[in-house]
Amino acid sequence: MSSITVRPTVVPGRYGSYGGRYVPESLIPACEAVAEAFSEAWADPGFRGTLGALLSAYAGRPTPLTPALRLSAELGVTVLLKREDLTHTGSHKINNVLGQALLARRMGRTRLIAETGAGMHGVATATAGALLGLPVKVFMGERDMERQAHNVFRMRLLGAEVVPVTTGSRTLKDATSEAMRHWVTDADEAYYCVGSVIGPHPYPTMVREFQRVIGDEARRQCAAELPAAIPDYVVACVGGGSNAAGTFAGFVETSAKLVGVEAEGGSGAANGEIGVLHGFQSLFLQDEHGQIKEAHSIAAGLDYPGVGPEHAYLRDLGRARYVTVSDGEAIAAAVRLARAEGVLPAIESAHAVAWVVRAAGTPELPGGSTVLVTLSGRGDKDITTLIAEADLA
Amino acid sequence: MKLLMPYITGGVVPGWTAYLSAFEHAGADLIEVGLPFSDPTVDGPTIQESSDAALARGTTPASVLQDLADVRTGIPLVASTYANIALRPGFGDALTAAGVTGLIVPDLPLDELAGLDVPGVQVSLLASPATPDVRLAEIGRRSQGFVYAISVMGTTGERDRLAPSAVTLAARLKQVTDLPVLLGFGISTPEQAGEAAAVADGVIVGAAVMRRILDGASPAEVGAFVASLRAALSLVAPVR
Repeated sequence: MSSITVRPTVVPGRYGSYGGRYVPESLIPACEAVAEAFSEAWADPGFRGTLGALLSAYAGRPTPLTPALRLSAELGVTVLLKREDLTHTGSHKINNVLGQALLARRMGRTRLIAETGAGMHGVATATAGALLGLPVKVFMGERDMERQAHNVFRMRLLGAEVVPVTTGSRTLKDATSEAMRHWVTDADEAYYCVGSVIGPHPYPTMVREFQRVIGDEARRQCAAELPAAIPDYVVACVGGGSNAAGTFAGFVETSAKLVGVEAEGGSGAANGEIGVLHGFQSLFLQDEHGQIKEAHSIAAGLDYPGVGPEHAYLRDLGRARYVTVSDGEAIAAAVRLARAEGVLPAIESAHAVAWVVRAAGTPELPGGSTVLVTLSGRGDKDITTLIAEADLA
Repeated sequence: MKLLMPYITGGVVPGWTAYLSAFEHAGADLIEVGLPFSDPTVDGPTIQESSDAALARGTTPASVLQDLADVRTGIPLVASTYANIALRPGFGDALTAAGVTGLIVPDLPLDELAGLDVPGVQVSLLASPATPDVRLAEIGRRSQGFVYAISVMGTTGERDRLAPSAVTLAARLKQVTDLPVLLGFGISTPEQAGEAAAVADGVIVGAAVMRRILDGASPAEVGAFVASLRAALSLVAPVR
């Protein structure tokens, strides 16, 4: 099969018509400073070396590629799991945060601010802050704080300040708005550590580059494991879309079919319309008057009404497709993976598994296919939700 | 004469347009009318609350513009809203039909202006204390009607005193543009308005007005506050 070339767009920070930098004038210098610093750092072997060493000695990389043998037999497709759940702090978020925290230190910033939905990005940022001696302030929707009480405690244990956000839907969208409002007041000293491939340029590109370690590793591992060297399908869950962007980055120029799996109630890529929020143009769930709709998902990490600009672009190109999975399918998939493989995924990641379960053996995912699924995080944080939702009879 | 532009969130309370004539009679030179957006990332708590209140009443950008078309004031109306609303197809025509002649989009900086299609409407750009000189000059060149000088690094909202950065920014802007420079963000009292107008061509007062409206003040009461701002400005000599 011929390889497919997807070139980055010519204008920095633009993916087709998506991306950009829609921020108040007060934040333009801060965005430019981050863009310049990232560009220099990423070209600096010293920075890459320090990050690489931290990723292996601290975060536990490379993560394994686990063949899901029993699930594969049940479904009639070969499923390989990319195990981001095995990283330190329990999700892929640490890859990006270590990169951004090192960048913040290189820029001479004295503190980190972050937003979080499920809490994993908050925990990762609190962890990196503790490691590098940078104070951390995390904005989190009040509703998510209730759903993810354990992660709130973890952040506080790590020394971070967790700021409850009480506006709007009290979830990730509002936490992101509040973090941006706070950043304006503290742009000289604070570094805004964005948790996904969203936000103003350079964040979507920078976060993808920090997460591409997932896809690059998986590509090498697939080359070693698979007779065909690359899988037929590459599947990852999509909220803002950082684990998917990192995974896809390793395969976008291969013939693998890329599938992003969104929550039914948070399906920016599958059902959104073009719009602008949180500093970037992309696809957002919105009403006919241009008001952003609240997203709903049992997975706090997928409870975001939009999707990163690169995903919107890959969708338009037809290079990736975006599908949705219901809350119930995700819960069932989490339980199924736990029982078949002894791996309890985060409910976010269970969305990716759920699509594989649903599509296997259909023309969407024909029997005999090889499927790489990124398990972006582990399900320990979701035990309370699972107790309430999972039917274990 | 120093310019005074009070702000109101469109649709915040029933009969909200009565405040417009109160502002006009109190001596406002222009009125900024906010078209409420669900996610006002540049605004502080007061204007966020007013946007939420307006949206909860079923207010839409179209309904605010329809209300404006129905009242017609004798002074210029400047709409302000977020990029997600302003970039929608047909927005420029809707502004014109409502008699709006100016526009402020706080999350649409210089670099993204090309996407905005509002012929016949003057788009005022914002300048911040962090804006470097070269960019400030470009903002001065490309702004229309006036330049909106953000007095302080932060969001909209009342503050105890005028930030020193306001004075510096106004002076820097006066060197690079002949347009009026209006200071906004945090100007809350007649004293602060007078202080701001000593260095700028006028002031924009938002949260201090909206807090009164949210607290239930009548058009006459808020009009009296605007008149007190007008009186403070009238004591200040013109910059040029």
